[in-house]
Amino acid sequence: MKKIFTLVLLVAVTALSGCSSTTGHATGVYMLIDTSGTYTLELKKANSIVNYLLGTLQPGDSLAVASIDSGSFTEKNILQKATFNTRPSVANQQKRAFGKNIQEYITNVKGSAHTDITGGVLQGVEYLKETGAAKKYIFIFSDLEEDLVKGQIRDFPIRFDGVKVVALNVTKLRKDNIDPRDYEKRLVAWQKRVESGNGHWKVINDIERVEEILLD
Amino acid sequence: MSIQNLLIIWPSAPVLSIVVWALGAAVVLYFGRTPAHQLIKTLTQALGNAFKMGSRSVLRSSKKLAERNKEVLLASGAEAVERSIEREFHRVDTLVKKELAGYPAMQKSLGDLITKIDDDYSKCAEVPPTPTTWVNAVEAVAKLKNSGESMVAKMLGDIKNTINEQHKGAMDEYRKTSTERHAVLNKMAPFWKKTAEALEKVGKNITGLHQHSSSIDKKMGEFEEIRAGSDKAVRILTASSLTQFFIAGLVLLVAIGGAAINFNLIALPMSEMVGGGNYIGPYKTSNVAALVIIMVEGAMGLYLMEALRITGLFPVIGSMNDKMRTRMLWITFGILLILASVEASLAFMRDQIAADMQALRQSLAADPLAGQQVNSWIPTAGQMVMGFILPFALAFVAIPLESFVHASRTVLGIVAVAGLRTIALGLRISGGLVRSFGMLFISVYDVLISPALWVEKLVVGRAHHDGAKSDIGEPTKERAQ
Repeated sequence: MKKIFTLVLLVAVTALSGCSSTTGHATGVYMLIDTSGTYTLELKKANSIVNYLLGTLQPGDSLAVASIDSGSFTEKNILQKATFNTRPSVANQQKRAFGKNIQEYITNVKGSAHTDITGGVLQGVEYLKETGAAKKYIFIFSDLEEDLVKGQIRDFPIRFDGVKVVALNVTKLRKDNIDPRDYEKRLVAWQKRVESGNGHWKVINDIERVEEILLD
Repeated sequence: MSIQNLLIIWPSAPVLSIVVWALGAAVVLYFGRTPAHQLIKTLTQALGNAFKMGSRSVLRSSKKLAERNKEVLLASGAEAVERSIEREFHRVDTLVKKELAGYPAMQKSLGDLITKIDDDYSKCAEVPPTPTTWVNAVEAVAKLKNSGESMVAKMLGDIKNTINEQHKGAMDEYRKTSTERHAVLNKMAPFWKKTAEALEKVGKNITGLHQHSSSIDKKMGEFEEIRAGSDKAVRILTASSLTQFFIAGLVLLVAIGGAAINFNLIALPMSEMVGGGNYIGPYKTSNVAALVIIMVEGAMGLYLMEALRITGLFPVIGSMNDKMRTRMLWITFGILLILASVEASLAFMRDQIAADMQALRQSLAADPLAGQQVNSWIPTAGQMVMGFILPFALAFVAIPLESFVHASRTVLGIVAVAGLRTIALGLRISGGLVRSFGMLFISVYDVLISPALWVEKLVVGRAHHDGAKSDIGEPTKERAQ
């Protein structure tokens, strides 16, 4: 009888420890901030979005904030990244430090000459795959106008594999005012690119609706 | 080529084709009328009988179940009344042991009191001695005529003075003895009071015994009714079970509400212990851990109530010897106390974590009030007290749970019987419907071949007519011959 009880206990403990997982339900967010040209003026809004994410993400979730500049497909562009500790008190401390660092970066940011959005997105997909999060998001805080350095190759399909790509605060450019179809074309082109790579596309221009970001 | 094209004999006249087909079908149906009727009748009767048999079988099962329910109900009722009578006897026993055990002492006390009262009464009865007989002599002297002789007058005067003195002395003595008697009577009053109190107490005990014996009589009457298995007893027990079921269910719902509050109180701080981002299946490990703690508390409460013999869900615990049972009682109470303390600590931690999260959100929102917290110990203390009290409150869930479990047997039995009866009724109705449909099909069949039947009727009618004619004609011929 004792042996049977021990065996049952052993099986239960093994099953429970086997079932227990962190990444299976975690959320991974990779936020790209455009630092090119006049878009740097919009970065205060990006800071509020980062703060919202810090307040919303749970222990065990991952967050990385990276800049979009002339060459974004590099780890050097990741400004801050963290997988929050499963203990809420430790996670809160991590969030405080994270928020402070992003605040400092946005205050002292310098505009870049070119805009490599695709490189940033590729880096984001790679990072999110590494985290193993169940829900993966890439937030692109940009006007979505790509301006590559001569010689950079970015016109190839990207495999998103279920990553949700959310374009935030897609501002209209001066040329969009001349022909508004350019703005529409930019959005449609990105949507096609994301959806053809088995990703999901969404645009949120009103920062007041920021609560909708993680709802899906 | 489709079937529709195949059916059309003359493509130029589809209506004619349909008519030809209809006529053909009518002829085929007419010639197959008798076997078709037989087939429909046999099929519907077989189905109807199957439904009827099914209905009877289900009804029989429902009767058996009802009988079984009655047996269980009566058995449980008898057990409950037995327990109740046992309890009444136990109370009577306690009363007799506690109160009647002191009766010899009380009797002695009463005897002493009565002796004392008797003595005092005897003392009160002692009257002063009556005046001596020389009073008669005085009366005789008083009757003598006062002739004014100084000798006689002087003597009478002396006698008067003596008598007055004697009278005064006697009166003084009388007053003194009266005062003494009154004093004795005053002393007697407390003894009377004590005696009255003792007798009143005896009266009360006797009344209590009388009430208990009346209750036992009533319970015995109920027991007799249950033993006899009377309908009245079954009705009373059923009504009682239903009432128990609903009341216990209601209390259990309240307890579930309490458990939910308890859960919310400890789920967040548990994430600090087991991690907030860990999952077991689709559930957060912290939530599962909180739930497990509440379940363990419930189980401990159950064992505690069993060890106290308030409930009887686990006969093993109930049948333990007193020493073992007491040990179990203290162990379960100890575990419950530890868990309650843990919950109080978790409630405190919850307050801290919630405050920290609030501060973080405020600081992220760049609120000027960032970092400021509600500086009050009341919510913290309230949460801690709730965390400590709720496990003990939940321990008492065992009582309604037991009632609910016992009453569920009766209620489920009633529901099952009702369900079986409904099925039986449904089967019976279905059987009737199948038979009616059989008759309907036969009628529809006849309607479809009604032209052929009409022709048959004509032919048969003519044949009868011809037959009748020949029957009438032949004798005429015979007569002519």
